[in-house]
Amino acid sequence: MRRVVVTGLGVVSPLGCGVDVTWQRILAGLSGARPVEAFETADLPCRIACTIPLGDGADGTFNPDDWMEPKEQRKVDPFIVYAMAAARQALDDADWRPTSYEDQIASGVLIGSGIGGVGGIYDASITLHERGPRRVSPFFIPGRLINLASGYVSIANGLKGPNHSVVTACSTGAHAIGDAARLIALGDAEVMIAGGTESPVNRLALAGFSACRALSTSFNDTPERASRPYDRDRDGFVMGEGAGVVVLEERNHAIARGARIYAEVVGYGLSGDAYHITSPAEDGDGAFRCMQAALKRAGLSPADIDYINAHGTSTPVGDEIELRAVERLLGDNARGTLMSSTKSSIGHLLGAAGAVEAIFGVLAIRDQIAPATLNLDNPSVETDIDLVPHEPRKAVIGAVLSNSFGFGGTNASLILRHPDA
Amino acid sequence: MSDIADRVKKIVVEHLGVDADKVTESANFIDDLGADSLDTVELVMAFEEGFGVEIPDDAAETIVTVGDAIKFLEKNVSA
Repeated sequence: MRRVVVTGLGVVSPLGCGVDVTWQRILAGLSGARPVEAFETADLPCRIACTIPLGDGADGTFNPDDWMEPKEQRKVDPFIVYAMAAARQALDDADWRPTSYEDQIASGVLIGSGIGGVGGIYDASITLHERGPRRVSPFFIPGRLINLASGYVSIANGLKGPNHSVVTACSTGAHAIGDAARLIALGDAEVMIAGGTESPVNRLALAGFSACRALSTSFNDTPERASRPYDRDRDGFVMGEGAGVVVLEERNHAIARGARIYAEVVGYGLSGDAYHITSPAEDGDGAFRCMQAALKRAGLSPADIDYINAHGTSTPVGDEIELRAVERLLGDNARGTLMSSTKSSIGHLLGAAGAVEAIFGVLAIRDQIAPATLNLDNPSVETDIDLVPHEPRKAVIGAVLSNSFGFGGTNASLILRHPDA
Repeated sequence: MSDIADRVKKIVVEHLGVDADKVTESANFIDDLGADSLDTVELVMAFEEGFGVEIPDDAAETIVTVGDAIKFLEKNVSA
């Protein structure tokens, strides 16, 4: 199969708009968690989230007007605006601006979302209930559909290749990148703009995830302490919003045009738990098999993996199941292998998480540094794996494994490798 | 210039994100103001909302310019 490389990155995160500002703040140990102020939360058990810092665009703030015309923003949920911003950044970063027909049809989009326009669905339901069907906007449907992130990005940037989307809950972003890489490997496209986006911070989604007992509820007064993967006091994840988008490119295509190559997508594994709608299988077998499949695809052995960006959501059950699955995968190589959860900094971006975290994996390779797991004061279990507590770690990083696991028992693992490896 | 005409133009400017000086009575929503078919549906909804009237679908189809909207509303909105 043809080889696929990463040539562009784009991020909108709770730590800021842009790859560099987000990454520098991750490495500085900052948290994107804060009290939710956009709507009433007094009656919700979880009153915090990792929200996008809005502003005029200065100092890493996100100014939606920089990325989408105000009259277009009005028609869509924020997950589409975030995707537009991250895709624009990634295309600029890759310096890929297809204008010829040939380049346009060779360039596709595959951006997913876990739950899409749930905020807009909530608002339109109230409009329908209170004011009747004639008041429901013609933009209600196209502005909430998950694949319209890919649609808008395609239209705005003239990308006429495969136009696709993924919906696999919290595995969405990883599946999107993996599937897009396969489209390139199989010759359906030369370039794919791939990733995940999510805008779930509203009363309905907070209430729903609270009902699933998935969210942290004990740290409403100290939000920056709430996301604490592997720590004994963890009590659920902190919802986050944002988008991560990469430009994937057939390797020779990238070399021929002199593009900067960040990393190669060498491995992609998928599996299903066939166990429970929200809980991971207790034996971690689904997680294990998906990591194993990614290794096999990459032609690598466990000893080749230098850093693992964990799914690690900070839920009481999930973190240890993943940890045990990784230990099983690594065997004797577990000792000293670096594994951290950047959800400790930016929360759980749901359908965007896998994409943003793959980007952190790329940056770990670029900068030879593993980001930290914040708030890991007292690990709940002993492990030979180095969970990188509190401070990032300089290290020789040649290959990175990034895990994502979603509701429904859907698992995805990506392996990224240094371009010179 | 009627009060209705002013209000119509304000709604058009807001919804289509166009400069006010382009919103002349002869301006066609699609050809001159960059609207698509969904924009025109929403614009009619905005007129209904703004003027407290119902614009039936067959009437809505005849409203293609700013002037058409003003004329319809002047006829159907009670002062």
